[in-house]
Amino acid sequence: MNEPQVLACIDGSASSEAVCDYAAWASLRLSAPLTLLHVLEPNVGASPADLSGSIGLGSREHLLSELAELDERRARLLREQGKLMLDAATARVRADGVAEPALRQRHGRLVDTLQELESDIRLLVVGRQGEAGGSAASQVGSQLESVIRTMHRPVLVSTGVFRSPQRVLVAFDNSPSVRKGLDLLLQSPLLAGLAMHLLMVGADTADAREALEFARLQLQQAGVTATAEIRAGAEVDSVLLACQREQAMDLIVMGAYGHSPIRRFLVGSTTTSMLRHAECPLLLLR
Amino acid sequence: MTVIETLRREWFSNVRGDLLSGLVVALALIPEAIAFSIIAGVDPKVGLYASFCIAVVIAFTGGRPGMISAATGAMALLMVTLVREHGLEYLLAASVLCGVLQIGAGYLRLGSLMRFVSRSVVTGFVNALAILIFMAQLPELTGVTWHVYAMTAAGLGIIYLFPLLPGVGKVIPSPLVCILLLTAVSIYLGLDIRTVSDMGELPDTLPVFLWPDVPLNLDTLMIILPYSVAMAVVGLLESMMTATIVDDLTDTSSDKNRECKGQGVANIASGLLGGMAGCAMIGQSVINVKSGGRTRLSCFVAGSVLLVLVVFASDWVGQIPMAALVAVMIMVSIGTFSWDSIRNLRHHPLSTNLVMLATVSVVVATHNLAYGVFVGVLLAAMFFANKIGHYLHIGSVLSADGEERRYEVVGQVFFSSADKFAAGFDFREALDRVVIDLSRAHFWDITAVGALDKVVIKFRREGTAVEVIGLNEASATIVDRFGVHDKPDAVDHIGGH
Repeated sequence: MNEPQVLACIDGSASSEAVCDYAAWASLRLSAPLTLLHVLEPNVGASPADLSGSIGLGSREHLLSELAELDERRARLLREQGKLMLDAATARVRADGVAEPALRQRHGRLVDTLQELESDIRLLVVGRQGEAGGSAASQVGSQLESVIRTMHRPVLVSTGVFRSPQRVLVAFDNSPSVRKGLDLLLQSPLLAGLAMHLLMVGADTADAREALEFARLQLQQAGVTATAEIRAGAEVDSVLLACQREQAMDLIVMGAYGHSPIRRFLVGSTTTSMLRHAECPLLLLR
Repeated sequence: MTVIETLRREWFSNVRGDLLSGLVVALALIPEAIAFSIIAGVDPKVGLYASFCIAVVIAFTGGRPGMISAATGAMALLMVTLVREHGLEYLLAASVLCGVLQIGAGYLRLGSLMRFVSRSVVTGFVNALAILIFMAQLPELTGVTWHVYAMTAAGLGIIYLFPLLPGVGKVIPSPLVCILLLTAVSIYLGLDIRTVSDMGELPDTLPVFLWPDVPLNLDTLMIILPYSVAMAVVGLLESMMTATIVDDLTDTSSDKNRECKGQGVANIASGLLGGMAGCAMIGQSVINVKSGGRTRLSCFVAGSVLLVLVVFASDWVGQIPMAALVAVMIMVSIGTFSWDSIRNLRHHPLSTNLVMLATVSVVVATHNLAYGVFVGVLLAAMFFANKIGHYLHIGSVLSADGEERRYEVVGQVFFSSADKFAAGFDFREALDRVVIDLSRAHFWDITAVGALDKVVIKFRREGTAVEVIGLNEASATIVDRFGVHDKPDAVDHIGGH
């Protein structure tokens, strides 16, 4: 695992197929090896409770073996299911053209596992919705935000079905993280040759125009057909979404969680809102 | 890891289970807190305030979610003489000091010292604790009328048989049923037996902040320090052991040093709110896990419910006959005792059994769990050193001309095996030359070096030339500062034989 991987998180949810497709797409473009990961999450307190409140001869030993047995049965079952999912995912990415995906199954919480594997990850591909999520299309997986917040690698969040990205919308806010992200993109073959549209939301000042133009020229010099635009609007997320819809973009690139969790708690986060409402995949730069 | 995510996981990932188990534990804590106050010789309200305060504070500050801490028997036993000779205020001051010491231990990372406490010592600790809790109930059962015996027997019957009832058995805590039924019977029949209100004052208000009313001088410190040290040690020991048990039961890990600090904060808070010092409880933590509790919420709920119940129902709590409490405490002692350890006496090696039995006997004789653990750890270390000392072999070959003998030393040389090392050489043999090959031996301490010196000098006195080879490799283990042996091949290197 020394070469940085494209890591795709597979679970039993409906989004897994799209995750496979996008991961295969990214793996081929980056010519980076693809790893399919299935994480077996531990069980939190789902065991049947005995409220009798009494402890008798050897209660501790009995309780331990009882709990261990429950966990064992559950883990076996989950591992079998996971194997099936991984097999299906392998078949899918093979069909997409990736010859030898690596398979990994790990015990632990998703966030912790990804943190452990982080140094090997080049791009993380996850589905918007987790296994536990219902059928509501706009529902966001319960763990997605903490995964994105903990990772220091780009994260591709897949939505709906796979559509090979052609036109890319870049949310440009002239923040250091986005400028750094653009540099990264220019060096990476992931989006090479795709049409890019730089969109800046906010007041049309000379400074903003200059920064935007500079970024556009940079892209142009790298051989990307790039257009740029400034749109006024208070809500960054709705402007971005409107633009995506109008111009039928099929990938949005943006910085993720630039603000502290406290601000997020008080005024809400653009990233969270985008995750909830986007109709195309998001590439989140950290 | 984001703050919100941690908060959610450690508090609200299992809300239903934690609320229910917290209730069950709260009900079980009330009789225990009262019983332990009586052991310590203070009013029941001291133990009840302590249990509330410790449980609530540790829910925030502890390092082991799902573990229950409150006033405990292990700690109460240490306070008896302090309370008898100096009174309650000194106990409160000692509790605060105990907390300060525990916080210090947390910062010094003494939690990791638990690795020197072997499994047999832990078993001995648990068994001794169970025996002491049981013995503490005996005063309530001596010189009383037959009513008390009948009540206690009935109580035990209810506790153990009620859970077998289909349906309600697993939903209503049987100790609660025992207490309610026995209280009702005692009131109905108007029995003249001892009740909780005979044992001292019960809380009727919420606890208030109160600085212990003791002179702040060196004399006071000298009085409380020995008790505080003993309580800090025993409290941390029991907390660390319980944390390990909960770790095993729930297959999760805990932060032992944070737990040390948390116990300290909880004890300081308890002392300042008029409660005694406490620690984690083995029995209650098992009950909590068994009832489905997993997160910090369960301990918080247990503490808060306990206080609400006791403050608003103190008249009723006062009516509980002591016989009912005795029945509950006998259950706690039976549940705490490691019955497997008796069965295992036959299979386990003698040294392990001796360690366990020595721990138990020292505790029962001194009523101080710290002494028992100290003796147990010491014995275990000695047995271990003795066992490792056997891993020493000295072989020798005489050269063809009969003038040179080559000794090869394989194994561990240290204080316990130094004599065996010296005895491995034949000094009476008349030789020109002796070669001592140490390249497969390990010299662990100064005693080993001294033994080698002695051997070399003895040979010289007989007029024999001595050549020692491989000494550098052999003595590398003395001069090491651990770092040297962190390399993967270090383990093979030490394997030696």
